[in-house]
Amino acid sequence: MRLPYRSKLAAASVLAVLAAGAAFADPVPDAELVVNEEIELVTRVAPGPAVADVLTEVYSGWLYRESETRAMQMDDFDNPAMVFVDQGLDMWDTVDGTEGKSCASCHEGIESMKGVRTSMPKMNGAATDLWSLENFVNDCRTERMGAEAWKWNSNDMKNMTSAISLQSRGEPMKVSVEGAAADWWERGKEIYYTRYGQLELACANCHEANAGYMIRADHLSQGQINGFPTYRLKDAGVVSIHQRFVGCVRDTRAETFAAGSEEFRALELYVASRGEGLSIEGVSVRP
Amino acid sequence: MKRHVAHWAMAPALAATLAALPVAAETAPGTIAFDGGAVAASLTGAPGDAAAGAKVMTTAALGNCVACHELAAMPDVQFQGNIGPALDGAADRWTEAELRGMVVNAKMTFDGTMMPAFYKTDGFIRPGDGYTGKAPEAELPPVLTAQQVEDVVAYLLTLKE
Ligand code: HEC
Ligand code: HEC
Repeated sequence: MRLPYRSKLAAASVLAVLAAGAAFADPVPDAELVVNEEIELVTRVAPGPAVADVLTEVYSGWLYRESETRAMQMDDFDNPAMVFVDQGLDMWDTVDGTEGKSCASCHEGIESMKGVRTSMPKMNGAATDLWSLENFVNDCRTERMGAEAWKWNSNDMKNMTSAISLQSRGEPMKVSVEGAAADWWERGKEIYYTRYGQLELACANCHEANAGYMIRADHLSQGQINGFPTYRLKDAGVVSIHQRFVGCVRDTRAETFAAGSEEFRALELYVASRGEGLSIEGVSVRP
Repeated sequence: MKRHVAHWAMAPALAATLAALPVAAETAPGTIAFDGGAVAASLTGAPGDAAAGAKVMTTAALGNCVACHELAAMPDVQFQGNIGPALDGAADRWTEAELRGMVVNAKMTFDGTMMPAFYKTDGFIRPGDGYTGKAPEAELPPVLTAQQVEDVVAYLLTLKE
């Protein structure tokens, strides 16, 4: 006996909506994200071409959070991630490695990084590999500074990606999925819809089919990455995109992929394309 | 003295029989007889314990059913999810065999459902060692034991409105 249960369920939730006057499957309907009372960020947008067939509207994870958490992100004095941004800014000017250079030696002020985060991940200069922001940072460190590569989820790396991401705050996400990136995007899409682990759950089960619903104490968002790096109150620290992916895959009782792996870089590209048009929030605050 | 010897001689055999008994009667994950989505026979050959089942349903590392299901019958359990339907009245809607089938492997009842299979050990993509994120080192056990499945079924059967 195989029943189309979803339709029954959908009918039930329509009734619940009529009764309650608000759909629990929706994010906060009227919140607007304005940081420091001046920077207006886009948190809802019509879907880009990558997801026009599966989403009716694209929402930032910010919209799904409680009002206190949302408020913390609206003022840089209250945003706990700013401490780490400051450490990243210091590092920007810090000479390291055998060449006696800092990031500033080649790039001058960090404002030169404006817009960079919006197109990540993207093909490297030689068009041989898909690189996340972390890869570009490490390429500068090893090839141009003669310094050691930072570990993907090290504090140094997360401080730096936080400082760089902040330069793109308010700019719309727009990754390239053409040319050499097209294969990566396909691979990422396949991963997004694969039901991993002993619980057999795909990203899409939680973040596409059930965004807006509660999974235990968590209000499921669309799992967008425009807010990253994000300050996670539960971890009392900054979390990278791949770190979040590791956590979500682990929760399906699966063997995860490693941070920085080809699989997660491909997935990052695909998820980024799902969030096209959302503002980079980097650095956001999440529970 | 004679009695003493007899006692020692019997003890290991008795212990072995006791340990072997429930296992021998258990239906292994790969050998479940489904009738559509339903499983008629108890996996242990005996009825479960509803109170133990309630515990399994609310423990995150075990059934964690409340992650996805609301249940007014458990008002003390905070943060109930609402991905699946509320379970109140489940025993009015489904038979024991149907409920057992859903806990064993709900995909046999609801095609492609998000609900995990709790008594299954194969057919997974990159299964992990519990919630460690690592590959399992030994053979993968089902999420719930046969006894735990029966306990959950016993609890579900109390859900009448
Ligand atoms: C079992 C459910 C589940 C699965 C499967 C799952 N996630 Fe998540 N994910 C969550 C929960 C819960 C949160 C925290 C609340 C939220 O933002 O949805 C979360 C948060 C996220 C976030 C942070 C969003 C933000 O704005 O802070 C991203 C990104 C994300 N998930 C991506 C993924 C990707 C990619 C996959 C697949 C590899 C995946 N998730 C699989 C449950 C899941
Ligand atoms: C990850 C989510 C998830 C978890 C965990 C989960 N379920 Fe479900 N369950 C569902 C969904 C979704 C449905 C509806 C079937 C469908 O349409 O896919 C369902 C349906 C059911 C039904 C039929 C509902 C009715 O009232 O008609 C029962 C009974 C049930 N689940 C029991 C359980 C039990 C017992 C557990 C734990 C041992 C459990 N579920 C864990 C998602 C889940």
